[in-house]
Amino acid sequence: MSHTPDPSHLPDHDSVYDGLLGSDDSQWAFGTDFEDPLAGVDTTVPDGVDTHELATYCLMLADDALVMSHRLSQWCSNAPDLEEDIALANIALDLLGQARLLLARAAAADPSVVPALPEGSPVPPEDALAFFRGDREFRNVRLVETDNGDFAVTIARLLLFSTWRLALLQRLAVSRDHVLSAVAVKGVKEMTYHRDYAGRWFLTLARGTEESRRRLVTGLEATWPLRAELFTSHPVELAVAASGVGVDPSTVADEVDVLLEQVFSMSGVDRPEVGPLAGVRGETGRDGLHTEAFSRLLAEMQVVARAHPMGSW
Amino acid sequence: MVAAREVAASVVDPEMPMLTLEDLGVLRDVEVADERVVVTITPTYSGCPAMATMRDDLVHRLRDEGFDDVEVRVSLHPAWSSDWITPRGRAALVEHGLSAPGPAPSHDGPVVLSLQPTRRTLACPRCASSRVELTSEFGPTACKALYRCTACLEPFEHVKEI
Repeated sequence: MSHTPDPSHLPDHDSVYDGLLGSDDSQWAFGTDFEDPLAGVDTTVPDGVDTHELATYCLMLADDALVMSHRLSQWCSNAPDLEEDIALANIALDLLGQARLLLARAAAADPSVVPALPEGSPVPPEDALAFFRGDREFRNVRLVETDNGDFAVTIARLLLFSTWRLALLQRLAVSRDHVLSAVAVKGVKEMTYHRDYAGRWFLTLARGTEESRRRLVTGLEATWPLRAELFTSHPVELAVAASGVGVDPSTVADEVDVLLEQVFSMSGVDRPEVGPLAGVRGETGRDGLHTEAFSRLLAEMQVVARAHPMGSW
Repeated sequence: MVAAREVAASVVDPEMPMLTLEDLGVLRDVEVADERVVVTITPTYSGCPAMATMRDDLVHRLRDEGFDDVEVRVSLHPAWSSDWITPRGRAALVEHGLSAPGPAPSHDGPVVLSLQPTRRTLACPRCASSRVELTSEFGPTACKALYRCTACLEPFEHVKEI
């Protein structure tokens, strides 16, 4: 005999999800963000600093983090195992957080860098910068934008990136700009375990199987041509370094080399001998000159936001 | 009317509701001036997605207690440290099956590269055994690592030192 439950005994819910959150509707908004991640933070630009140069420098640091974060997040549900999936997503989230603060700082320093949107658009400045700039307006180094490749390529890239960014942020901690200094101090804590993670996997893959070592060495060689650009000083970086708010990246080259050498020697891997990837007429990522892979990345990252410039998220 | 500070201090963390924002160390300041309450909070990690929920919860709770004009501000400096979790917060973590963080590493001077797996001396929050092993240095939120106890065989989360 079939048994049909008496509807009068069922809880008085319209949806199976009712009641999950108690009576607190605000929890549905979980993930809805602060309109301004710098709400209440003093964003006054220090004396003697050119606001447009400061904003452009913030975009450089923000775009490095944003694009690297996007690439790492593409591993979500695709990583070799669940632990690495979670690790890469966590690292991507840290970088996204750094990017948001830096984009907001850029917009506060010089609102003219924020793309114009239709009147009445609720899109906040940080989102306008992330989703409504074209490829030529992005200032990230090209290292972060190329395809993920396999896990070994991703690890080789993450080792270069996190070693470099940690060295930059350590110096940026004493920036005369209080926002940049605060973002850097916090970022140092995060980049420390990003670098440890990448270094440990680099060592593990190098000393693992013949196949893992082959892939790692190939991945490192594929990444290496984009290394030189990390230490090439752009005029904006030189200007903000001179005014005491930014860091000239050429000053961290030696320190990064020593650290990489430490990982290479423990891993029994030789420093690659491949030349740098040329720019076009001397222009590279910091000038807004990017690779083809970046256009595809941006298309994927921006398509939904661009379709709804009046959208509220 | 209950003091605004008291209300703000009793709001709980959306990810770890056994901790109040005060016990987690993210509640930095509560000021009341001319009927206006200004609450200052700080993110645990740069990408902490719970900030907006904390803000909404603070505004709702304070409004419920009669404070109509509430502003929530962000403070980025000094950066949050797991050392700011109060003794009461640490006890609440353990009581709810989570392992509390040890002392945070110092970030003064050069940052040492560590190529060895992270080693911590921990006790299982359920059976207090020190026979525990790391299963994943990254967990469901930025602030946690995953462990298992090889004595009672239960998995548990550890709040990381930062």
